[in-house]
Amino acid sequence: MSGFLNAYLPHILTGISVGGQYALIAIGYTMVYGILRLINFAHGDVFMVAGLVMVYATASMPMYISIPLVIIATVLLGFVIERVAYKPLRSAPRMSVMISAIGVSYLLQNCALYFTGGLPQTYPVIPFISDSVTVFGQTTKMVTLITPVLTLLLVVILSLLIKYTKMGMAMRAVSKDFETSQLMGIKINSVISFTFIIGCFLAAVGSLLYFTNYQSVIPTSGAMPGLKAFVAAVFGGIGSIPGAVIGAFIIGICENLIKGAGWTTFSDAFTFVLLIVILLAKPTGIFGEKATDKV
Amino acid sequence: MKKAIALALALMMLLALCACGDSDAKQDETPTVKIGVFEPLSGANGPGGKQEYLGMQYANYVTPTVEINGTVYNVELVPADNESSDDKAVTAATTLVSGGASVVLGSYGSSVAIAGSATFGEAGIPVIGVTCTNPQVTEGNDHYFRICFLDPFQGTVLANFAHDELKAETVYCLGQLGNDYDQGLINYFKQAAEGLGMKVITAEFPENNADFTSYLNNAKTEGAQVIFAPCSIQYAQLIVEQSATQGIGLPLLAGDTWDSNKILGAAQGKEVDIYVSTFYAEGGDPDFESGIKEWLNSNSEAKTNNGGDDMIAAVTVMGYDAYYTALEAMKKAGSVDKADILAAMPDVTYTGVSGSIAFNEVGDAVRDTAYIKQANTSDNVWDFVAVQGVN
Amino acid sequence: MTKIEQKKSKKGTWIALCCIAALYVLLFLIDNVFPSTSFIVMLTPVLKKGAIYSLLCVSMNLLNGFTGLFSLGQAGFMLIGAYTYAIFTIPVAEHMSVYQYFDGGAIQFSIPEAIGSILGPTGGAFFGSIIAIILAGCVAAVFAALIGIPVLRLKSDYLAIATLGFVEIIRAVFQWNSLGVITNGSNQLRKYTAFSDMKLTIGGATLKFGTIFPFLIVMLCIIVIVLLINSSYGRAFKAIRDDEVAAEAMGISLFKHKMLSFVISCFFAGVGGALLAMFQTTIKAQSFTSAMTYEILLMVVIGGIGSVSGSCIAAFLYIACSEWWLRFLDSGKFLGLSVPFFRDGFRKVVFSVVIMIIVLFFSRGIMGDRELSFSGIAGGVKKLSGRLKKKDIEEKEDTGNE
Repeated sequence: MSGFLNAYLPHILTGISVGGQYALIAIGYTMVYGILRLINFAHGDVFMVAGLVMVYATASMPMYISIPLVIIATVLLGFVIERVAYKPLRSAPRMSVMISAIGVSYLLQNCALYFTGGLPQTYPVIPFISDSVTVFGQTTKMVTLITPVLTLLLVVILSLLIKYTKMGMAMRAVSKDFETSQLMGIKINSVISFTFIIGCFLAAVGSLLYFTNYQSVIPTSGAMPGLKAFVAAVFGGIGSIPGAVIGAFIIGICENLIKGAGWTTFSDAFTFVLLIVILLAKPTGIFGEKATDKV
Repeated sequence: MKKAIALALALMMLLALCACGDSDAKQDETPTVKIGVFEPLSGANGPGGKQEYLGMQYANYVTPTVEINGTVYNVELVPADNESSDDKAVTAATTLVSGGASVVLGSYGSSVAIAGSATFGEAGIPVIGVTCTNPQVTEGNDHYFRICFLDPFQGTVLANFAHDELKAETVYCLGQLGNDYDQGLINYFKQAAEGLGMKVITAEFPENNADFTSYLNNAKTEGAQVIFAPCSIQYAQLIVEQSATQGIGLPLLAGDTWDSNKILGAAQGKEVDIYVSTFYAEGGDPDFESGIKEWLNSNSEAKTNNGGDDMIAAVTVMGYDAYYTALEAMKKAGSVDKADILAAMPDVTYTGVSGSIAFNEVGDAVRDTAYIKQANTSDNVWDFVAVQGVN
Repeated sequence: MTKIEQKKSKKGTWIALCCIAALYVLLFLIDNVFPSTSFIVMLTPVLKKGAIYSLLCVSMNLLNGFTGLFSLGQAGFMLIGAYTYAIFTIPVAEHMSVYQYFDGGAIQFSIPEAIGSILGPTGGAFFGSIIAIILAGCVAAVFAALIGIPVLRLKSDYLAIATLGFVEIIRAVFQWNSLGVITNGSNQLRKYTAFSDMKLTIGGATLKFGTIFPFLIVMLCIIVIVLLINSSYGRAFKAIRDDEVAAEAMGISLFKHKMLSFVISCFFAGVGGALLAMFQTTIKAQSFTSAMTYEILLMVVIGGIGSVSGSCIAAFLYIACSEWWLRFLDSGKFLGLSVPFFRDGFRKVVFSVVIMIIVLFFSRGIMGDRELSFSGIAGGVKKLSGRLKKKDIEEKEDTGNE
């Protein structure tokens, strides 16, 4: 047992950290899906843009201004994307909205490519969370330890928000039944905007943690974490916040254990195998509600 | 509203067409010879491609004309972005062919060079590979020449270095899955290293991977003394950074791609040991270096493309030499016609900043030395370690 | 290309046939007679790539537009097709240099050479590659059938994400070093039969078919798809798209028809992949990413989901714009003026903005779910019914005839 721990402890540690970052992105996916039934393909790219904004902000501003600025800018971006690209298509078929999401993702990546000139941007060092610490004889960054704690804290706050505030109640109502909640006088548009705002806020926090760990931002940086976070959301049962978080931790840890076992070629492929297996065995994920098709 | 937008779109399309036609119609007083630049200016190899292009731009800035048989020609660089992607390479190459390039330089990254090769071959345009090190680039291609060393050579050099200088017995090789540069170099390294009695462990990481801690930890648990990771810069930065924070403490060894100021930036002030093999060691030609540094500092766009400082990458030097090799070929041919230049190419010799260049029967430069450099993480410069050859 | 006739108008059929005949004569002239001016040099690859992408778009449209299955696995099946084609057409003598890290590879066999021993080298390349293309489609279809059994039970978004996952898995498998003796691992496959080898020697004269060849194959494939769409199977597909439950109640076997549509679509994706391999002259699994699928999907949307002719038009327009007409946006100059923000990557930004505008404001695309009909054009031009419509059609004619 101790031999196993010694060999795999670093992988598990990284896995937990990576899982926490996936979780923060996955919540954005799962909430939007819960309400709009839309896979927001652009979410991973919003995450990447948050990283780039941080790079450019710290170039001219001190850290204590940059961090709030990044969060505000990301939230704003999410809000604008929803209003410009998704709202006009509210009555359109679901495929059109998904295509619009792919279009936004394409646009964000190309804009990032244009502004960075394709050069990888080095992410600034955020004091304290970038420091090295030693856990059980393994050196790692402070952020590795902070990530899961912060993730869980945010999730608890979010759950309370959804459970006890008026807005939270509205969100739950909308995700249960779009039309009826509209009839009940819920302002659909503001609820949807609010969902995007929360999703993007968490993505911005996620990007701070993620890029502190992996200090290089390129236009496609968001693609893989985004896709994996989505897999995590599906794995946990899309629409369910605790499901997304648990799914993300499972994906993060499994992926790193696979790498640790030497199957490096298939570390990404494994994530998708897991996805397909869960979709076939339990299509609604671990915590998903059972969907009933109305004829 | 919709009609207006549709009209605007249609107009844009028309304008675009006009612009295409226009570029053909433009005529200058003095005759112009076009040198095509077939480089990745975006995508995974964008940074390297840009630095290579910088060398050509500087050379063009220093020597904007060429005199051939008494006629002075303006030299125009025509870039075409191959987007680091094989499926875009064909049309990018065709743009150069249709743009009337007499000779083409490039590309950074062997796989796009191979992908574009057939198009140039059909058009009969000679191409000078600048830093594409895969043997397949020139093999069987009469029109492809190259001024740098090859992967079998580089792999052997690095294996020798790992064996002789780093005293390694086990080497952990890490390359990107699906990237033929990484896998090719690792293959040659492995052959040479196993010949020297070293043990080689290989691992691959998928595209867009950001987390290398598992790999680095694996290297440590497998008992490797050296990590050989000849990957592109975007991953290299992450490997360097994570190797330092994880306290891996193993020397990192890599090929020509790592010779970049981005790597130094990532390693600055950290406890990492990085060795790279490359085409040129800084300090080889002081006149050239002071000149290009002045140019970089006066040209903000060039500086941005160089990664924001005035450090000279080896690929920039190679780009510079490639430009002059092309001019030399034109002079030798006594013409700016592509067929004449192609015929003259095999006999071209040129002594550039990176050393003397002469082509063998395959079209590869005869080179028997590579420079090994080490990252100096406190001063943020590359320290010259050794000139290594194959013995 | 645009041969789709729904209205059985005699006049329209004649015009269509004339246009197609004219197109092929033009292509033949481009291949054999026209001098290689810079315009022709640039036009040919754009035409070839446009034709190939037309097929890819139509095959994706069959699945997404006509059957309502939102699959994002196109790139994966293209990869299978491209690899199958390449592996079986690399000349045996070149195996040593292509599979340089794998001792010449495991498959010491080349279809064009086998055919060539009967028909001579040019005939071998021509007919051998056709056989290899069909084989490529079949292999892709077999994979599709295997993947389809589990995946097609999923609905809309889940299907999309599962097929997306499969692309990643397929890519990882093809790049796996242990399969390197067949797939060459992470390295390129090259030296296989390409478009430039498409020649036939007839009566002493060698005729080149480099540009006609992809058009011929693509046209045949699209005709098959159109016939399928207009058959009873096609009506069943559309019924499934419009309402699965109702379709099932009408006695349409959902699984059987979904499977049929999926396998056929993937067959043509495989054929398209093989043609793309011929076009590129080298292939590598790395380039068949989900971005490629997205690109094809965007073309389908621009052309109109559920319109075959729309897909073709959009494919030509998209390829021409992105790889030819809009390149000046990267060059820093516009009509001779130097514009500082026209630098590398600006083309892509403009392009993606245009795509967003189309997706948001013209969500029906160029054609909606209508088809291009030549009699319709004749009538439309006469009536001058609406300036906008006319403009559209002219553009279409341009692409069709180039």
